[in-house]
Amino acid sequence: MTGAPDPAITPRTFSSGARKGRRRRLPGTLVHVVVLLFIVGWVVPILALFLSSIRTQADTASSGWWMALVRPDLSLQNYALALDQLNIAGSLGTSLAIAIPTTVLTVLLSVIGAYALVRMRFAGRTALSLLLVSLLVTPPQITLVPLLRLYNQVGLSGSIPGIWLYQVGFTLPFGVFLLRGFIASIPKDLYESANLDGASELRTFWSIVLPLSRPIMASLGIMAFLWSWNDLLIPLLFLGGSGVSPPITVNLAGLVAQTTQGQGPLMAATFLSVIVPLMLIISMQRYFVRGILGGAVKG
Amino acid sequence: MTDTLTFVPLMIVLGAIGVPAAVFAALGAGERALTLFSGGAGRRARPWVWLFLPLILVILILIYPVIVTIFTSFQDARAENWIGWQNYAWAFSGQMLDIVGNNILWLVAFPLITLVLALASATLFDKVRYEPLAMTIVILPTAISFTAGSVIWTQMYSFQPSGSPQIGTLNAIRALFGADPLPWLIQPVVNNFALIFVAVWLQLGIATLILSSAIKNVGSEMLEAARLDGAGEWLIFRAMILPNILPSVLVVLTTMIIAALKVFDIVYVMTNGNFGTDVIANRLYYELFAANNLGHASAIAVILLFTALPVALINIFQFRSEARS
Amino acid sequence: MTGVSIRKAEKSYGEIAVIHGVSVEIEEGEFVVLVGPSGCGKSTLLRMIAGLEEISGGEIAIGERVVNDVEAKHRDIAMVFQSYALYPHMTVRDNMAFSLKLKGMDKAERETRIGRAADILGLEPLLGRYPRQLSGGQRQRVAMGRAIVRDPQVFLFDEPLSNLDAKLRVEMRSEIKQLQHRLKTTTIYVTHDQVEAMTMADKIVVMRAGRVEQCDTPLGLYDNPANTFVAAFIGSPSMNFVEGKVEGDAVVAEDGIRLPLPAGQGAALAGQRVTYGFRPEHMELAPKGGIPCEIELIEPTGSETMVSLRMGQAAVAGVFRERIAGPEGSTLGIRPDAARIHLFDPRTGQRLA
Repeated sequence: MTGAPDPAITPRTFSSGARKGRRRRLPGTLVHVVVLLFIVGWVVPILALFLSSIRTQADTASSGWWMALVRPDLSLQNYALALDQLNIAGSLGTSLAIAIPTTVLTVLLSVIGAYALVRMRFAGRTALSLLLVSLLVTPPQITLVPLLRLYNQVGLSGSIPGIWLYQVGFTLPFGVFLLRGFIASIPKDLYESANLDGASELRTFWSIVLPLSRPIMASLGIMAFLWSWNDLLIPLLFLGGSGVSPPITVNLAGLVAQTTQGQGPLMAATFLSVIVPLMLIISMQRYFVRGILGGAVKG
Repeated sequence: MTDTLTFVPLMIVLGAIGVPAAVFAALGAGERALTLFSGGAGRRARPWVWLFLPLILVILILIYPVIVTIFTSFQDARAENWIGWQNYAWAFSGQMLDIVGNNILWLVAFPLITLVLALASATLFDKVRYEPLAMTIVILPTAISFTAGSVIWTQMYSFQPSGSPQIGTLNAIRALFGADPLPWLIQPVVNNFALIFVAVWLQLGIATLILSSAIKNVGSEMLEAARLDGAGEWLIFRAMILPNILPSVLVVLTTMIIAALKVFDIVYVMTNGNFGTDVIANRLYYELFAANNLGHASAIAVILLFTALPVALINIFQFRSEARS
Repeated sequence: MTGVSIRKAEKSYGEIAVIHGVSVEIEEGEFVVLVGPSGCGKSTLLRMIAGLEEISGGEIAIGERVVNDVEAKHRDIAMVFQSYALYPHMTVRDNMAFSLKLKGMDKAERETRIGRAADILGLEPLLGRYPRQLSGGQRQRVAMGRAIVRDPQVFLFDEPLSNLDAKLRVEMRSEIKQLQHRLKTTTIYVTHDQVEAMTMADKIVVMRAGRVEQCDTPLGLYDNPANTFVAAFIGSPSMNFVEGKVEGDAVVAEDGIRLPLPAGQGAALAGQRVTYGFRPEHMELAPKGGIPCEIELIEPTGSETMVSLRMGQAAVAGVFRERIAGPEGSTLGIRPDAARIHLFDPRTGQRLA
C-alpha cells in the first residue's frame, strides 16, 4: 500500500477509538442520503430473502415480499418443505463435511509452507515466492480438463476428500502469501531461544509458531471456509454422480432450474445456506477484514 | 443417500483431525530422517521436508493442470490428435465472438462500476459516525455465495407482464413511478448489466474495505492543512486523497478483473447463458459436459489464463519492489 | 561445569570473512566479556559458540567436546538475548519450564528448580504473569531465570542490558556479577560498553574487525594495553595521545612541548618517533614547571573535575581530584605521571616495551 505498515500485522478495525473525532466534520445531508442508499441497497436483498422465506406459498405467488411488513402472515412451512423435500439438511451436512476439513488443512499447510519459506534459507526461495504470487490469479477453469481425467483415473471423483484436495491446493498460494508477512514478523530470537532450550524444529513450530500465529490463522481460516462453503464450480464438477447429498450451492443451483416447489422453499433453503457464513463474518469481522487487507494488498 | 448423521461427522473427524495428525506424523518422520544426515546436508534438506506437502499439492492442483491444459488446447475434442490452432480459431469466430464480447463487457464494466461505488462508499462512510454499521452491512454480501446471491437477485429482478402485480422489488419500484416493468434478465444488454450488478453487490465490500483502509492512511494533518487553505471537499478528494490511494485503486481493479474472469456461478444460475448473456467460463462448462469437447474447453481455459497474465505480472512486479524496500 | 576453548575460529559469509582466526581460552567458572565497537564480530563469535551460526573454520570446544557439528540444542548452553526473547504467549513460569519440559523432567523437579531460580531473582510474585505485563527490568530477570533453571554448562549473554535505562543497567550489572559468583557457571558476556566489561569481567577479550586485539584481566588491559586501540577503548575518558620524538628523558612533540619519560627509558629509544599516551587521570597539577595548557571546558562532577585542555596543538582531557576554579580560557600547568605513561609505535600502534 502507501508505505504503511503491513496491514497483516497491524489490522485496522473500523470501530477503533484512536480515530475518534478525526476528519469527522459535520457531513451534509447529501452525504447521509447517499450512505443510507448504500445501506438500503445492500441490506434490502437480504431482508427480502428472509421475509420471502417465512411467508406462505400463496402470498409469495401473489405479492412482493414487502407485503410481509404490511400484512404479516408468517409461517415456517417453507423451512419444513425445504428440509423435508429438498434434502437441505443433507446438503448442509455435505457442505460442512467439505468446508471444515478444507479450512483446517488449508490453514495447517499454509502455516507449514509459510514457515519454511520465511524461516529457512535455501536456493530458489525467491523463485518459489514469485511462483506463488503468480499462482494467486490462476483461474480455476484452467485446471479442470486434466484434473477431471486424473480424478477419474485414481477414483477421486465423486469423493469428498477429492474436493478437499482441490480446494486446499487451490487456496494454498493465497494462504502462504497471507501468512508469510505475519510469520516473518515473529522475532528470530524466539526461534533461536527455543532452539537453545532444546526444542526441535517441529517442536518450535508447534510451541512457538502456531500459538503466535493464531490471529492470522483465524483470518485465513475464515477466508478458506467462506470460499469452500460458497464454491459451486468444483463440487458441481467433481462430486457429480456420487452417493452423497450435493453440497448446498450445487443443490440451490439445481433448484433454481426446476421451480416445481415454488419460490418459498427455495428462499428458505437459500436463507439456510447463507446464515452460516453470515454469522461467521459478523462474529469474526475483525479477522475477516485483516484477511481481506492482508491478502488483497498485492493480490 | 448415505446416512448424513454418521457420514458427515465421520468425514469431519477424518479431514479435520485425522489428516492433520498424519501431516504432523509425516513432518516428524521427515525430521527424523534429517538427523541421519550430518550437519550441513540435513540443514540444506530441511526446507524441502517442510515444503514437500504444500508443494506437491500446488503442483498437482495448479501447475500440472496448467501445463496439460495448454497442450490439450492444441488437440481435438477427445484430446487424441494434434490440430494446431484450430481451437483458438474456433474460439474467436462465429457464436463465440458474442461470448468473448460479453466477457470484455464484464472485464471493463464490473471493475469500473465496483471501483466507482467503492470510492463513493469508502469516502462517504468515512464522514459519518455510523461508519462501522454501514461498513458491516456492505461487507455482509461478501459472505454469501454467488449461487445464493443469484437466487436472491433472481427474485429481485422478477418480472411480470405489465398490468399484473409486480413481485420483484425493482419492477415494483418502477411501477411506483409509473414506468413499465422491465424484463431485467431477458432483454439483451440490460440483462448483462443486471448480472454484472449482482457481482458488484456481492463484491463491493471487499473493494470498500481496501479503499477505506487506504483513505484512513492518508495523513489527516495534510487534509486539515488543505482545509485551512480553503480547499473544498471535492478538491481535497481529487488532489489529496485520490493520488495517495492510487496503489490501492490498482489493487481493487486487479482483484475485480480476476473476479470478472472467473465469473461462472451467476451466469450459470441466473440465465445459464441464454438471452445473449453467456460468458466463456460458462461456455467452458458446456463444452466440457454437454459437448464433451476437451480441445475447445482447454482453449477457452488458456484464453482465460492469458487474460489473467498481465495481472499476475503486475503482482510480481509489486511483490518484488516491496521485497526490496 | 567446563571451560570453553576457541581455536582459530573463522566465520565467513560467502566471500566476506567476519571472524579471522580467533583463539581464546576460557577457564571453568570464569566470567569472560567480549567487548568491542559494533561490527567487531563479538556477537557473531558468541552465536558461533551457541551454535546459532555455523563455524567456517577452526574449532570450538566446550569442555573436552568439540562442538562444531553439534546442534545448538545439544550443546547444553543457555543464552540471554538482547531482546530477552521471552515467549510472549507463555507465563513467566511456563517460560522457565519450557526447556525443562523438553528435557522430560517431571513436574515436581521442575517446580523445585523454578522455585529456586525465582527465589534467587525475586520472581515469585511474577510467575503467573505474561511478558507483556512486565517492566524491562523484570523481563531481564525472567530471561536470566530461564537460563538459570537449566543449570547449563555455559551462560551466554548478548548485550543483555542495552535495553534498560542507565540506573537499572548499573543495578543489573552488579546483580549479574553476584549471581555468577554464586553459581560459578562459566559465562561469556558480549557488550560494547567498556565500563560493563571492566566492572564485570574476570577476563576481557577486546575485539576489532573480527580479530582479538588483546585478552587480559580488566586491570591488565588498563595498565598494559597492547596497542593504541585497546588503550583508547578501555578507560573513560579516553587516553590522550601525542606524537613526538624521544630526546633525552622526554618526548618532544612537533610544537616543542616536552613530555616526561620514566627515568632511563629515554636512552633505549633515543631519536625514535613514538606515540606518547597518558590517561586523563594520570596527570597532576603543576602550577610551576608544568606544561602550560589552555582550559577549554571545565566539568565538575563533585568528587573530581574533568577538564578539556589545549596543549600546544593537541586536545587533551584531564581528570583531577582537585577542584579547578578556571576560568575557561585561562592557563593551567599540568604534568603527566611519568611512571604511568605508555609508548606506542606510531605506525603500527603496537606497544613499545
